[in-house]
Amino acid sequence: MEKRHVISVLVENKPGVLARVSGMFSGRAYNIHSLSVAPTLSPDVSRMTVVTYGSEAIIEQIIKQLRKLINVIKVQDLTSGDYVDREMALLRVKATAAKRADVLRIVDIFRGKIVDIATDSMIVEITGGAGKIEAMIELLQPLGILELIRTGTVALPRGRKASRPSEPSE
Amino acid sequence: MKINGAQILLRALKEEGVDTIFGYPGGAVIDIFDAIARHFSEDFKFVLVRHEQAAVHAADGYARATGKPGVCLVTSGPGGTNTVTGLATAYMDSIPLVVFTGQVPTPLIGNDAFQEADIVGITRPCTKHNYLVNQVDELAHTIKEAFTIAGTGRPGPVLVDLPKDMIQAKTRFEYPSVIDIPTYRPTLKAHPPSVMRAAELIRRAKRPVIYAGGGVLTSGCHQELLTLVQMTGFPVTMTLMGLGCFPGTHPLSLGMLGMHGTYRANMAVNNSDLLLAIGARFDDRVTGKVETFARDSKIIHIDIDPTSIQKNIKVDVPIVSDARDALTQLIEALKKEGRDPESDESLKDWHAQITAWRNQQRLRFDRTTEVIKPQFVVEKLYEITQGEAIISTEVGQNQMWAAQYYLFDKPRTFLTSGGLGTMGYGFPAAIGAQIAFPDKIVIDIAGDGSIQMNIQELATVKQYDLPVKIAILNNGYLGMVRQWQERFYDNVYAHTDIMVAPDFVKLAEAYGALGLRATKTNEVEPLIIKALETPGPVIMDFVVDREEGVYPMVPAGASIKEMILV
Repeated sequence: MEKRHVISVLVENKPGVLARVSGMFSGRAYNIHSLSVAPTLSPDVSRMTVVTYGSEAIIEQIIKQLRKLINVIKVQDLTSGDYVDREMALLRVKATAAKRADVLRIVDIFRGKIVDIATDSMIVEITGGAGKIEAMIELLQPLGILELIRTGTVALPRGRKASRPSEPSE
Repeated sequence: MKINGAQILLRALKEEGVDTIFGYPGGAVIDIFDAIARHFSEDFKFVLVRHEQAAVHAADGYARATGKPGVCLVTSGPGGTNTVTGLATAYMDSIPLVVFTGQVPTPLIGNDAFQEADIVGITRPCTKHNYLVNQVDELAHTIKEAFTIAGTGRPGPVLVDLPKDMIQAKTRFEYPSVIDIPTYRPTLKAHPPSVMRAAELIRRAKRPVIYAGGGVLTSGCHQELLTLVQMTGFPVTMTLMGLGCFPGTHPLSLGMLGMHGTYRANMAVNNSDLLLAIGARFDDRVTGKVETFARDSKIIHIDIDPTSIQKNIKVDVPIVSDARDALTQLIEALKKEGRDPESDESLKDWHAQITAWRNQQRLRFDRTTEVIKPQFVVEKLYEITQGEAIISTEVGQNQMWAAQYYLFDKPRTFLTSGGLGTMGYGFPAAIGAQIAFPDKIVIDIAGDGSIQMNIQELATVKQYDLPVKIAILNNGYLGMVRQWQERFYDNVYAHTDIMVAPDFVKLAEAYGALGLRATKTNEVEPLIIKALETPGPVIMDFVVDREEGVYPMVPAGASIKEMILV
């Protein structure tokens, strides 16, 4: 059965590392649903969050293949424990004077923010789980979404106790 | 004292104990070649091939025959791209190589400069790891990492790309004797509780089979394997890559398993109740249809690469470890409480069953024909060399007949492209092995198709006076594909007839080698004897039965039950 997995990957912050990771996925016909990557507190280390779908066997292979890459420091399947995941989206919404109040009401309910405003449109910023973002998109769509950008999921395990790295392959 | 990158490279290779470099010069690496000629000609044997692909295969053959990493040096652009097939070949078969490529100077990278190729990008999926050196201060350390990664864990090829300005820039030479790569720590020791579970299964098994692969050779634990077999009385089948890891003439050897494996090996595996896989990876050419493979068997899988485990087949006891450590621990456990093969009734029944299978369907061919049977040639090569030669093969029927009819008793004597299946591999690989072992008989068992893929290397064997022998099983076809066309494509021989070919005897002569031809069965033996008595390189052109096939055969993706026996 295909299940959504959120995999956190600590990698060395070096040229070509992203290509090694994405190349492993494409070369073995695994799918990357979303991917985000940025340096951690240590500038030599980056954290990637990969969201992928697959059977248990496929996910096991993905994790092992990631660990096999020389530049990979640590791989955790966050889905096996308790974790927090968030995504941010920016939406340019059609908002003429007449419709502005409608947009603001929806954005307010979702605790989003207006970050730019023009005569006939606004840019809305929203942060949350994938479900929340999709719900807001659905509500704003009738008003007219002109452009949309999503960051992809970022995630961290909750508290130290609740999270544990997925078991080594043994 | 500061020295340039070229000298740093060569001094690092000396530190690594490298004695042979295979390669081909070019503009981007001209400084390295200059340094070799001026300052290091005593330190290395440099083997100038005639095509970069052959340099990598030769280094690969050298590595397989010796166990030491093979080293290549080629130029940028096409020099690098020509190494790709060799790298992919070595990667699939876990062979340690370090390949150095020239690169355009760093300020020109990305400018589509003359002879520029993004070789690090191109080879990322077919190397264990690769590097672009962009600081001369990092060069020595990078080389140390490259050799460490290539030769440890599950070995593989590593490529180091050297921009011309890095080769020319100067710095101090300091070479670390050992390094720790924090993100690379292969699991070498077996987990003792898993070994205990494996030992328990071994004690209880009634129909056991050991399935041994190339990992036994890599780990160098053929002696431990033999000990385990003596302690347990378990029969052993080998993969194509594993041939030689257990004596082919041993009474408990079942020969090779898989698509062209022996009947008894495939029957034994499929009827086993315990399969002990050591350094083998359940390749599709071994399992056929996965769902029906060894269905009633408990499976123990020893492999140093965690990704090999549970990849193709669900196993009961996974052991991530160097094969030698796992076998050593297993032997210890079984010494404390083992089984006695002498008084073991279930094992006796099992051996009797395997003997019955053997007698039912032996490897066989028609021995009455005047036209030469290719199997007969391999059998004669085996007899006349008394199994003492190093054999390399090309890919296709020649490869399978070599695997079936030459019995390998010693490790590292069979060099073949098992995973990638690279035609053109065998001849350069034989060159590499002959360089490593100048006094051994080295024979490339070839087809008339494959040999033409790296035939230019006749000039190399001539230049270095290497006594490599080539046995061409010449049927005028791309024989393995023709066999599939005969079996599965209604005899439509689509583009597999290659009767238009050079006269191999004259071709040998054109390169200054000896060419010999046999067209009848009774000419085979005297021809082989004459070839082996000849000091230099020889092409033996055996004109064989055009439509002989390799059997038995399990069609691709079929179950063992669908084995074709003819």
